[in-house]
This record gives sequence, C-alpha cells and structure tokens, in this order.
Amino acid sequence: MSGVARIGTRVGRVVVCVGPGGVGKTTIAAAVGLKGALSGLCVCVVTVDPARRLADALGIEGVGNEPCLVTPPQGGKAWPGQLWAVMLDAQSTFDHLVRRYATSNAQVDAILSNPLYRNISAALSGTQEYMAVEKLYELAEEDRFDLVVVDTPPSQHAFDFLEAPQHLVRLLDNRFFRLVMTPARAGLRALELGAQLMLRTVARVAGGQVVADTVQFFTQFEGMEEGFRARAKRANELLFSETTSFTLVSTPRRDAVDEALYLASRLGAAGAPVSSAVMNRCYPRYVGLSPATASLLAGTPLAPLVANLEAFRQMERQEDEQLARVSATLPEAALVRVPLLSGEVCDLTALGDVARYLPR
Amino acid sequence: VKVLPGGTELEPRTFLTLARVLIVTGKGGVGKTTVSAALANLAAKNGLRALIVQLATPQARLSPPDGWAPEAWQLGRLFGSTEPVAYEPSVLVSHPTGGTVSARAIRPDEALVEYLHLHGMRRLSRRLVASGAVDVVATAIPGMPDMLVLGKVKQMERIAAAGIPDTPSLIVLDAPAAGHVVSFLQSPRGLLDAAAGGPVRAQAEEVVEMLEDPQRCRVMLVTTLEETPVSETIETARLVEERAGVQLGAVLVNGRFPTLDLPERLDPEGVGELSLSAGVRPLEAEVASLSRAGLLRAARQASQTAQLARLAETLPLPRLELPFCFSSELGPRELDELTGALSSGVDSLALDVS
Repeated sequence: MSGVARIGTRVGRVVVCVGPGGVGKTTIAAAVGLKGALSGLCVCVVTVDPARRLADALGIEGVGNEPCLVTPPQGGKAWPGQLWAVMLDAQSTFDHLVRRYATSNAQVDAILSNPLYRNISAALSGTQEYMAVEKLYELAEEDRFDLVVVDTPPSQHAFDFLEAPQHLVRLLDNRFFRLVMTPARAGLRALELGAQLMLRTVARVAGGQVVADTVQFFTQFEGMEEGFRARAKRANELLFSETTSFTLVSTPRRDAVDEALYLASRLGAAGAPVSSAVMNRCYPRYVGLSPATASLLAGTPLAPLVANLEAFRQMERQEDEQLARVSATLPEAALVRVPLLSGEVCDLTALGDVARYLPR
Repeated sequence: VKVLPGGTELEPRTFLTLARVLIVTGKGGVGKTTVSAALANLAAKNGLRALIVQLATPQARLSPPDGWAPEAWQLGRLFGSTEPVAYEPSVLVSHPTGGTVSARAIRPDEALVEYLHLHGMRRLSRRLVASGAVDVVATAIPGMPDMLVLGKVKQMERIAAAGIPDTPSLIVLDAPAAGHVVSFLQSPRGLLDAAAGGPVRAQAEEVVEMLEDPQRCRVMLVTTLEETPVSETIETARLVEERAGVQLGAVLVNGRFPTLDLPERLDPEGVGELSLSAGVRPLEAEVASLSRAGLLRAARQASQTAQLARLAETLPLPRLELPFCFSSELGPRELDELTGALSSGVDSLALDVS
C-alpha cells in the first residue's frame, strides 16, 4: 500500500493489540508503550475503557479525548523517551468527524441533535472500534509520535476492528440506503417505487416514526458521504500498511487460545498477519521435586506447599500445550510469555514488571 | 437488596426457580459460559429441564457470520460434546432425576423471521430479509437485534410459565459481557422511546414487562476476584437495577483458589528450616521452587480475600463461590466439580436466611 507508510515527515509505527476479552489487552498495550518510552521513543497509547486504577496510574482518569503526558513514578529514573496516553471517547471522536466533513453549521447541528445519531454514535456495536481506528489515524496523521499503540475494544468478535473503517461506508453502500438517498440526490419529490415499498414494509414492522427518523438521518448525511468514504479508505490503508503491526494477546487457556487463533487466521486472510503473540498470565516455571523429596514431605507441615507446587506445575504443563498450538499455528509470529505476577498490574511499577518480559 | 425470602428452607431447586429466566453476565473472560453451564447443570440434577441460550452473533449485527466462531464449541465441550451450539436446541446431558440441560443459539434475524411467521406476516419477513432493509433498520435502530433476541427469550419464558410437558422450565441466558449488558437490557425501552410502532412496539412492551418482573427474570453477576472484574460487577449491578430495571439474583464468584493451609514463613530459609525440622533435606532448587510457588499462591489468595471483602461490602447480594480449577481446559470433570460447589453454596445460603 502506498502513501500512508510515510506519515508526514517521519515514519511512525503503529502497534495494534488484539485478542479476546479479559486477557489483559489494555495492560499489554500500556506495557508495549512503556517499553517504547524506556527505549527512547515518543509513544502514545490509545486505550479503550482501561481499568480505573491503571487509568489513575497513567494519569488519564477523567481526561478528555486528547493525549496527555504520563510522568515516570516519583523517585524512579526518568525515561529516555516520552509516554503519552489517551482514553478513547467514541462519542466526541464521532462528533469531531461530523464537524470536519459537514458542509455547513446547520448540517452539524441537525446531525448532532438527531436521536438516531446519538444512538449510533453512543451505542452501536462497531462504533467504538470505528472510532478507535479513527483516533489512531488522527494521531498517526498528526506526526507527533514515533509509535502509536492501540488497545482494541472488548468486542465479542475483535475482528470488527479491522472492518471498522468500512463501518459507515458499508451502511452508505447498502441498497436500501441508496434507494432512500436517491430522491435527495436527484432532487426528485417522490421516492422511487421500490424504495417506497420497502419503507412501507419496514414501517409495518417497526412503525412509521422510526422509518421517518431513519430516512431523515440518512438524508442529513448528504454531501458528507465522500469525505467519510475517502477518510475510511485512508484509515484502512494505514491499518494494512507495512508500518502497522498486529500483536495478538491471549491467556494460555483453551477457550481464549481458540478465539485468539481464530482472530489471527482472519487477520492473516485479510492481509494483516500478527507479528507477535503475547501469552499473558502464564504460570511461572518451577523446578519440580524429586519423587523422593515429594514422598518424604508428605504428611509434614510442608505438604500444602508440595500440593501447591504440583498444581502450579500441572497448569504450566497444560499451558505449554496451548503455547505449542499457538507457535504451530503462527510459526512466523514471535511468541512472548508473560508470567502471572503476584500482584495486580495497576501502577507504573507493575507495568514496568510486565514490560521487562516484552521484546525490544 | 435481599432477594431470598427469610425463613424459607432453601434447596437448590427453590433457588434456581426464583425466576424462570436467569440472565448471566460478567466482564469478558471471567467464565460466564462456564457458570451458565454449572447453573443449568445444577438445575438439571435437581430434576429441572434447563435450557442455555447463547447469542450467535455479535450484538447488533444481523448479517450471518461466515461459519462458526470458536465460542460455539465452548459450551458443548463442558458437557463432553464436540458439536457447536446451533439454532435448533440440542440436549447436552440427561440426569437420572429426569432433568436435562439443552442449549441453543439465537440469532436476531432468525428470531425476527420466526416472529413475523407466528404473527401471520410470512411474506413480509421474506421481503425484509431479502431486501437488506433489516440491516439498515437494525443499524439505525441499535436496540433492534437485542430486542429481537430478548423477544425470543420472552416467548420461551411464556412456554416455561405454561408448564407444557417436555419444554424447558428454566432458561439460562449466557448474556453479553458486562460492558454491553446494560444497553442489551435497555433495548426494548429504547425502542419504545424511539416511538417504534407495529409488531416491534408490541413485542418491546412485552419484553419490558418480563424484564421488570422478578418472578420471571433476574440477573446473575459473574466475577473473578480481581480488581477490574469486581469493579465492573459493582458498576453493572447498579446500572442493571437503575437503568434496566431488572432485579439482581446473586453474585457468582468464579475462580477462587481453594484455601490451602500454607506455612507462615514462605521465604526459602523458612521453608528450608521447616523441612529440616521434619527431618527432610531437599535440594536447594526444590526449596526455592516450594518457596516461590508458595509466595505466589499466598499473594494471590490474599488479594482474592481483599477483593471478596470489597465485593461483600459494596454488593449486599447472596454470593456463591466456584473454585479455581487447575486446568487450562475445562470439561465434564471440572463442570461436575463446579456444579457440586454451587450446590453446597446454595445449601449454606439457606443457613443465612433461616
């Protein structure tokens, strides 16, 4: 893909963290960002719905839609680079887009106050993903950062993220929509017969008011369509360009790995292979006890510790089977193992502990 | 929120029939599906016919997925089945009590077509789907697919209420994750606000009625004992009650480490001394392993205990605990263990209220 690989004067890199829900994507994304700052880069991490304590640690709690500088922990060493973080606000990102592409202030007002728009921009599945890509594109275009790391929203099918730029375009391309839009374009007073029929059909099921609102909403987009379309195309090019890499995050549990590999195969088929697979919260590796020691310790006060070590090692063995599945399925991807830590990752120090396990 | 009537003898059967529909939600990755399976399995062991309902597509998406996503197999695997859960219900297990667990997946488009068929609008439904109009309306009216799914659940709930033989008596809905569940449950209310009319309006009204009736429907919150899932559970509990108006049932705490009576001193010296006094002299590496694994276990147990205290303090709901299974792949054996834990949890809830 051409053009976007060079963004402005500096070739910025983009890392997209994808994976099933609840595996620690946000944490890994933040740790990738911290790793970058530690190695001298100016990094921005885009997070979606971070855990409150992590947001506190990054100093982005309650901050709006703009990046803010994260300060190293007090008493710690200064970072050679910079770490910025932004918490995605899908609603205001969408509003911003509308303002940018509207042809008049009246159009901005009409769209922003339409109840359907509020629904779509706030609640529609896929919109958060769409806006995450939009924010990513905006930051990449701004040319302020060496590296932008994005944490994808927790969606049932994380693949939505890759399709996100096409989200609105797909809607605009829908046959029904085109029929509805035709009179507005051609300046005709009446809807085409086919469109009328269909509208009546929908009205019978959902009521006339809903149809009227829908038609009004779409006609309000008149004139903005091309802007959205072109931007979606550029955002799409950025996602699939050589400077963007995908990091798959999972835990080494069967269900999570199934979902992660499914996601990876769809990314690969779409031309966006994952370059690394981070297996998070793996049980640490321990040396086992000799059978002699184990049997001698049975019945002593150390028996619970023996049982615990055995249970942990059993997890480790089973997890290794899952790790083997990942490396067999994704031979090109770098496999990174991040162990289960004794505390929760909710401050910069703990984030540093995670970052230690990530490759440069 | 005290949901259990004081003084009643609480058997699992009573607990599980507090409402005909149990909506199971929780943050992604906490084990919603596993807990749904354990609830249904416990009901079946007590002679009920339980049906687990899953959502076949991501929310608010009407277009059929190309092929099955891996999630479709997760539920079956817990019961030793290798088949994906499909639209047609299939029996996963039958117990000697006569109870069964079945499962099915609901897709919004199929639910809509079925609804229109039932209401004498067969031709209309075909035209809607073929024209792509359904997609546009569903995109423009985000609550639509969710409401269609809930409408289908409501239809099944009516059948359960009628007590028709060989139909499910308990419906366990493996609902969207905590981040989405509130908008999912608010969808019918949203459609009414959007001035929807016709069959959609009628259905939305009936669904709201079901959601607001604690005899018919309750939300079960699943969490693990970690910072974020607990915070999300507390937040979701509030929103489910305030915004969606659905009564809460219980909190299901998943993945709690079974309590191990660990020695007080877990550092390598302490472990070394303990083994010496027991007359054993392990290798240094063995002592280090015992110590490190023990320290990790102790730290995790302590943080789980702290999170449990926070949960108990903030959410005054009945609480049931499911143990952490030391296995990276859960199957029938683990499900049995979890069902057993749930059963004894319900027994001790009875002590609390009587």
